[in-house]
Amino acid sequence: MVLNSIEKLLEKYDNAETTLQEEAQLRAYFSSDDVASHLESYKPLFVYFTNTQQEAFTKDVPLNTKKKINFYQWISVAAAAVLMFGIMIPQMWSSPTYSQEEIELYNKTKNALAFMSSNFNEGASSINVLEMASDNFNAGVYKANFVKEFGKTTNKLLK
Amino acid sequence: MTQADFVSLVMPFKDKVFRLAKRLLVSREEAEDATQEILLKLWNNKQKISDYKNVEAFSMTMTKNFCLDRLKSKQAQNLKIVHSNYQDKGHSSLQKQVEARDSVDWVSSIIETLPEQQKIIVQLRDIEQYDFAEISKMLDMNETAIRVALSRARKTIREQLTKTHGYGIK
Repeated sequence: MVLNSIEKLLEKYDNAETTLQEEAQLRAYFSSDDVASHLESYKPLFVYFTNTQQEAFTKDVPLNTKKKINFYQWISVAAAAVLMFGIMIPQMWSSPTYSQEEIELYNKTKNALAFMSSNFNEGASSINVLEMASDNFNAGVYKANFVKEFGKTTNKLLK
Repeated sequence: MTQADFVSLVMPFKDKVFRLAKRLLVSREEAEDATQEILLKLWNNKQKISDYKNVEAFSMTMTKNFCLDRLKSKQAQNLKIVHSNYQDKGHSSLQKQVEARDSVDWVSSIIETLPEQQKIIVQLRDIEQYDFAEISKMLDMNETAIRVALSRARKTIREQLTKTHGYGIK
């Protein structure tokens, strides 16, 4: 009786006319131990279907990819800041500290430059003297012109 | 939608996506990659997810299309060493003996020889137990066509199985 209905179901099954309930019935029948020997060849099919249903997806899916990108962006910002401070801070600290030797050198150079500039000024003042002499000379030339003029008139009188 | 909401939405059918991908791509690694890809696509479109009437059916359609694309693409044409195309000469005879004894594995290799569409339908109906209305939505086919394809697939499997089963007896 049971066997008869199973055979009927199998025929319907092959024609894809069974409902889900009837297929569940078939699966239940074939997963039991007492399967009629002439239907034995169906057994692996239904056992396979039942087994395969158990297979699961076990891999993790990284859903937080966007967050990771944000994290790296912030790392780059931090790196830029560190680099900036790394360059700025040594410069700020090193400027007021000079060694003794450097200060000495600086003072020597300053003195030498001051000495040179005073000499230069002296030279400039002697140039002023020259200018005065040239003024006097010009005045003398002007006066000599009078003498020339006086000579001209005396010549006219002698004629 | 938070991550927890998404996980609880996806949880019931992610294994089904994986099994369908594995049915089509055969290799477990490929199927895992495909499933991951599908879930990430869903996650990236999470704003639109509430618009879909049936996320599960939508995901199955996506999986089917993705896997078929993948099979067509050049990437998949590079022969990879997976258990389906790799044969170790020294052990093949032993392996075959074991396989022949283990008829359950035979079912899987028989299904592997079916045309892609029949594979998908067998997977969705006999393993995932969707009703025909759902399958027709997923595959965008009418129910009669699905029944015809399913009947064909089941008959092929049955024929192959009885042949294998009778092998060595007759």
